[in-house]
Amino acid sequence: MEHKQLIIIGGGPAGMSAAVSACNEGIRDILIIEREEALGGILKQCIHNGFGLHKFGEQLTGPEYAERYSDNVKELGIPYITETMVVDVSDDRVVTAVNKEKGYFQIKADAIILAMGCRERSRGALNIPGARPAGIYTAGTAQKFVNIMGYMPGKRVVILGSGDIGLIMARRMTLEGAKVEAVCELMPYSGGLTRNIVQCLEDFGIPLLLSHTITEIHGKDRVEGVTICEVDEKRVPKKETARHIECDTILLSCGLIPENELSKSAGITLDRVTSGAVVDGDRQTSVPGIFACGNVLHVHDLVDFVSDEAEIAGKGAADFIKGIKEEKETVEIIPEGGVRYTVPQKVAKGEGASLYFRVADVYKNVTVALYDGENLIAKKKRPKVAPGEMERFEIKPEYLENAEKLTLKLIFG
Amino acid sequence: MTREIICTNCPIGCPLTVEFEDGKILSITGNTCKNGITFGTNEVLCPKRTITTIVKMENRSGMLPVKSASELPKERIFEFMAIINKVTAKAPVRCGDVIISDIGGTGIDIVATKTVE
Repeated sequence: MEHKQLIIIGGGPAGMSAAVSACNEGIRDILIIEREEALGGILKQCIHNGFGLHKFGEQLTGPEYAERYSDNVKELGIPYITETMVVDVSDDRVVTAVNKEKGYFQIKADAIILAMGCRERSRGALNIPGARPAGIYTAGTAQKFVNIMGYMPGKRVVILGSGDIGLIMARRMTLEGAKVEAVCELMPYSGGLTRNIVQCLEDFGIPLLLSHTITEIHGKDRVEGVTICEVDEKRVPKKETARHIECDTILLSCGLIPENELSKSAGITLDRVTSGAVVDGDRQTSVPGIFACGNVLHVHDLVDFVSDEAEIAGKGAADFIKGIKEEKETVEIIPEGGVRYTVPQKVAKGEGASLYFRVADVYKNVTVALYDGENLIAKKKRPKVAPGEMERFEIKPEYLENAEKLTLKLIFG
Repeated sequence: MTREIICTNCPIGCPLTVEFEDGKILSITGNTCKNGITFGTNEVLCPKRTITTIVKMENRSGMLPVKSASELPKERIFEFMAIINKVTAKAPVRCGDVIISDIGGTGIDIVATKTVE
């Protein structure tokens, strides 16, 4: 069987950054396996700007950000194959893939980095009642049609969900001549970044209807309209608020789900909240030698943080391959009271880590606190936190010395 | 007059309160960095945005992503889009190549954001 020191599954921002990081750590026998025709992942279709502020100190578009990394991969001579689909990963690190040239083939790796990204929640997963006409797309599919293929999916649009891709597509469709009638958001707050609400909706006078949802889709061959309703605090539609909006297209921006079929086939333990792997500070999963980073691990808001996380995974995998990493006792981090999850979920003793976490609701003037049982270990004040914006908390090595598990929670008031 | 705006210079999104009169800024509060002052001033006096869109490729399938090399006046965005939509590009193109120079007499170029060999 063919053998590689390191196989990276996915050539998007996470995979490329992980490859560069592992290469800089001295690993040369690498293979990136990419499903599409070129490196770059979802960034290829994200033609808007706002990427790279943290990483490069400037506003780049998605393709520009991707090109910085793909240039880097090419300059370093890191091998990659495209139009190749990985169909299985085993717990003893055998990768099974298919492509046009080689058909079905297997490669054994010393270490694997999972960087498959995420996918959108589809209509089927949302259970919206009504007819099944043409004209219903996820926002990301519409984005690919418009930005890569140059096709307009419709003229009058209603967007369900206020995730960032939905907001970005509201602007994009408007600029290309469509009329976006409304963005309906089930929750009383938007799941997107504030600046996207300002620049994509407010700039163009597109209404953001919070606590609203689509209760019926009308149309036989093509979408002809939707019924929308306000929802109560339990998210149940209030029938008396029902109104009709005429439209020919519905875009869904209702959340992203890490794409973890391969992780499951390798028997990796997944986190019920993130839908991604449970990892330690090096982003190593429950299966030794298999690492995960980027949106396959947990959905990020900013690609800059994906690149950072992938660098950690790349270094972790390099250390694992070199055998310089001895197994260490880890301390579990338990999310509680307003903290939905943390990544990593456990941190090795003697090492620090930046914990990424998300909160359950919009809160003002909270303290993020780390506890060992009843003892407060560290805290940090935040004027405002929201589920749509990922937060960070630094774990210093000394916090872990005498701990078995730590709890991260919010203290209100 | 007072306007409440959200600074969109970076993803933090500070809520700014801008006091102004007769085209002059009197005060800006709520910012957490100096970029907030510049943003608040421009947003009230002359709002600008970077345009990102696509142009058709003559000799390749697919579209070429482009952007304005710096920000353009917000109220003229649809005028600029009409100009960009009339243009096509030809590979090879390097990221940063000028696709339209001096759009609408603003002195600002529309540049490619992707290399196509």
